[in-house]
Amino acid sequence: MSATIERPRREARLPEFTDLEKAVINRLQHGLPLVANPYLAVAEELAISEQALLDTLEKLLDERVFTRFGPMFNAGEMGGGLTLAAMRIAEEDFDRVASQVNAFDEVAHNYRREHELNMWFVLATETGEGIDGVIEQIEARTGYPVYNMPKEEEFHVRLHFPV
Amino acid sequence: MSVSTFPSEHSADTHYQLCATDRQLILATQAGLPLTADPWATLGEQLGIPAEEVLARFQHMQDAGVLRRVAAVPDHYKLGYRFNGMTVWDIRDEAVPEMGQRVGELPFVSHCYRRPRHQPWWTYNLFAMVHGTSRQEVEDKAGQIRDLLGEACSSHTILYSSAILKKTGLRLKKQGDAPCSE
Repeated sequence: MSATIERPRREARLPEFTDLEKAVINRLQHGLPLVANPYLAVAEELAISEQALLDTLEKLLDERVFTRFGPMFNAGEMGGGLTLAAMRIAEEDFDRVASQVNAFDEVAHNYRREHELNMWFVLATETGEGIDGVIEQIEARTGYPVYNMPKEEEFHVRLHFPV
Repeated sequence: MSVSTFPSEHSADTHYQLCATDRQLILATQAGLPLTADPWATLGEQLGIPAEEVLARFQHMQDAGVLRRVAAVPDHYKLGYRFNGMTVWDIRDEAVPEMGQRVGELPFVSHCYRRPRHQPWWTYNLFAMVHGTSRQEVEDKAGQIRDLLGEACSSHTILYSSAILKKTGLRLKKQGDAPCSE
């Protein structure tokens, strides 16, 4: 529930990674092959040992460079609900409302953004109908309206950050 | 193995039905895949399922599009991408399909979606997430999108995040499912 405050505008200090770390970071953002020894397969692709790959992956996870390594599911395909929602919160209420919103398990991500609509969060529920109910509960709990912005059309999703 | 392992268009009526084993596997890997030589076998030992069946279920879920991929989720700030700008655009409704396609194809756009307007607070109907190592870089990229959109776009802005208030991810609850049929 604690907020990670981004550093204010300042020249970004670029992180320093070894060549091995860079190779692992770039490769593992793509999918692991679904084969019996998947880490070995990736290690061979990168011409490193399986142990070096596993050690590097573990280090990147320990240092929170990777927040997670594992299967990524598409909630929408499971028949679950997924939406982006925004709120327009008065500054003096912001922390209270952030705590109240974050307390919902269905809130997967929540960002403060610099706009009149200053709180933006992703809601994920196991059923499509669940979204409206959660939004009503958030409105009742916080006393503020929630603007629901479900995706109406998806043009592209490709999260890849080369280093 | 490919990045685009999921279909972008799926009929709303054809949701994938998780079977009991799928759900066990999803719950067992919410924190992550085991870092062992044969992670499928490790999961299988934990759950009392043969390794081949574990792998077959993951393959099945990936083929069905419910599993996007097994991959790393980076903290983009730690990779130097400190600035994430949610660029939002007010596009003439009938131009959205074509413009969304073209914006989504830009290499620096990670997500691109059409979403509803909420007048008067929100007039934008196309969202494109742009990441960069400086605010200037994000603004330069937004400028390229602006040029591409031309007269179809009447206004736009960029919303920067100033704090991550929460970041967890999808959490499934335990519940009964049908047994797997294959």
